[in-house]
Amino acid sequence: MIWNEKIECASREEMRDIQSERLKQTVSRIYHNVPSYRQKMQEVGLVPDDIKSVDDLSKLPFTLKTDLRDNYPFGLFTVPMSEIVRIHASSGTTGKPTVVGYTRKDLNNWAEMITRGLCMAGVHRDDIVQVAYGYGLFTGGLGMHYGCENLGASVIPISGGNTDKQLQLMQDFGTTVLACTPSYSLHLGEELAAKGIKKEDLKLRIGIFGAEPWTENMRKEIEASLGIKAIDIYGLSEIMGPGVSCECEHQAGMHIMEDHFIPEIIDPITLQPLPAGEVGELVFTTITKEGIPLIRYRTRDLTRLNYEKCACGRTLVRMEKCKGRSDDMLIIRGVNVFPSQIESVLLEMSETAPHYLLIVEREGNLDTLKLMVEVQEQFFSDEIRQLEALRKKITHKLQSTLGISVDVKLVEPKTIERTAGKAKRVIDNRKL
Amino acid sequence: MIIKQLSVFLENKTGRLNEVTQLLGNSGINMSAMSLADTSEFGILRMIASEPDKALLLLKEAEFSVRLTDVVCLNSPNEPGALARALNILSGEGVFIEYLYAYSMDNKSANIVLKPDNIQKCIEVLQAHKMELVSASDMYKI
Repeated sequence: MIWNEKIECASREEMRDIQSERLKQTVSRIYHNVPSYRQKMQEVGLVPDDIKSVDDLSKLPFTLKTDLRDNYPFGLFTVPMSEIVRIHASSGTTGKPTVVGYTRKDLNNWAEMITRGLCMAGVHRDDIVQVAYGYGLFTGGLGMHYGCENLGASVIPISGGNTDKQLQLMQDFGTTVLACTPSYSLHLGEELAAKGIKKEDLKLRIGIFGAEPWTENMRKEIEASLGIKAIDIYGLSEIMGPGVSCECEHQAGMHIMEDHFIPEIIDPITLQPLPAGEVGELVFTTITKEGIPLIRYRTRDLTRLNYEKCACGRTLVRMEKCKGRSDDMLIIRGVNVFPSQIESVLLEMSETAPHYLLIVEREGNLDTLKLMVEVQEQFFSDEIRQLEALRKKITHKLQSTLGISVDVKLVEPKTIERTAGKAKRVIDNRKL
Repeated sequence: MIIKQLSVFLENKTGRLNEVTQLLGNSGINMSAMSLADTSEFGILRMIASEPDKALLLLKEAEFSVRLTDVVCLNSPNEPGALARALNILSGEGVFIEYLYAYSMDNKSANIVLKPDNIQKCIEVLQAHKMELVSASDMYKI
């Protein structure tokens, strides 16, 4: 079923007209409400009237994650707080989270996007959806939740973790759709097997997985272990949350909700737009958002776009699975981690940041983070309990900054390999 | 009465202790006492060496995490109950011991290296009770 056929199957010309009209409104809205972006436009000599259609999009300055940080917490909002009905946040680069606010209309739009995505995936109102994304500041849980309710499906808001309970409810309630990170779905599959529960005894038929990168091989593994169709969903909190794009049953790229977000692909070095089909950095302009509209937001995700009509009948442009990042961000268990966050935690412990190495592994199916910290003089104590206390302090501080647990190991100076005097900061051993 | 102990951070890896002892041995530095404290992941080597400042420099040059720590050394009769008497006095006066290691040289006496929380108070208490402390210069010579 196609939830909003008029939009999802619109011709390119129709979509262009919708986008142009909404883009003009958004640019004007931001120009008049966000001083920092108005200044950016003035610096390149632009006024809102210069933007007449989507063809003028590339004239506009970019918005970066640092812009959200510099205007922390609510500086980029274009409505008074009385209009904001929900706030979400994701981890930022320096410990300060990236904050987004939603108006009632934003939430309604978001719910519809997820509903469209669920329909693309083949979910209907008779389904029982187990939402095992985290509920809270993270957009995954609540975003998915309201999209399922909007569709009319039955939602089990179990949130993340607690694997035994997940499996129990999955059996007792007859869950038909699972929504979580792909790595967690693999973990659930393993636990099922370990408990001797056959996938045939479950009613699961569809999985909606996102919030972290995964491969086609992982898809095959998940589909085999749970006996389901695994659907990829994409999103980022700055733009909306999950549901910015979603795959249909043909699993041939994720349909972007183009009537809400205009995608562009740019060369991350020259910052020039690239022709359709070329791989580059994905940039989004939100055109319906009221709480925190963003113009040409650089996602740092590398992908490419396909404007051909899909076999499902939809004309919404499709993006490929992301091929990597144009910065050093890591996604661990759905959580964004920047090496600079770790550096700032270590800097709080002493005057000079020690050398460190972050090792990402996939053990079983869960991502783990190990941090090796060189014990240099400023850290060293001759008492074991002091060193243990230091290790615990780093562990605790990282946990509260990053939101995920890190295994901290103290190592001798010069243990961590340097190349040309510069230490390597991250080793990602996950085979993605 | 204060003795400079060398403390070295060691990961639990084969050959690391050997590197320290070779380095000091090649430079003619003798070790009179040592103890290795270990946890599941790392260890701390504590030792009394004949030339602590020189040993410190050597180990630093070899890029070990190393520092000098103030400790005291109590010379106690090598007989049942002797250590208990000393510890009784210290705990009675509220001196907290972070760690200690001991070795006996012959039938007559034993040396106990102590790292107290308050080293001045520890020395005063032991001296007030006529306990025999080993001087730094004697300790480095052993």
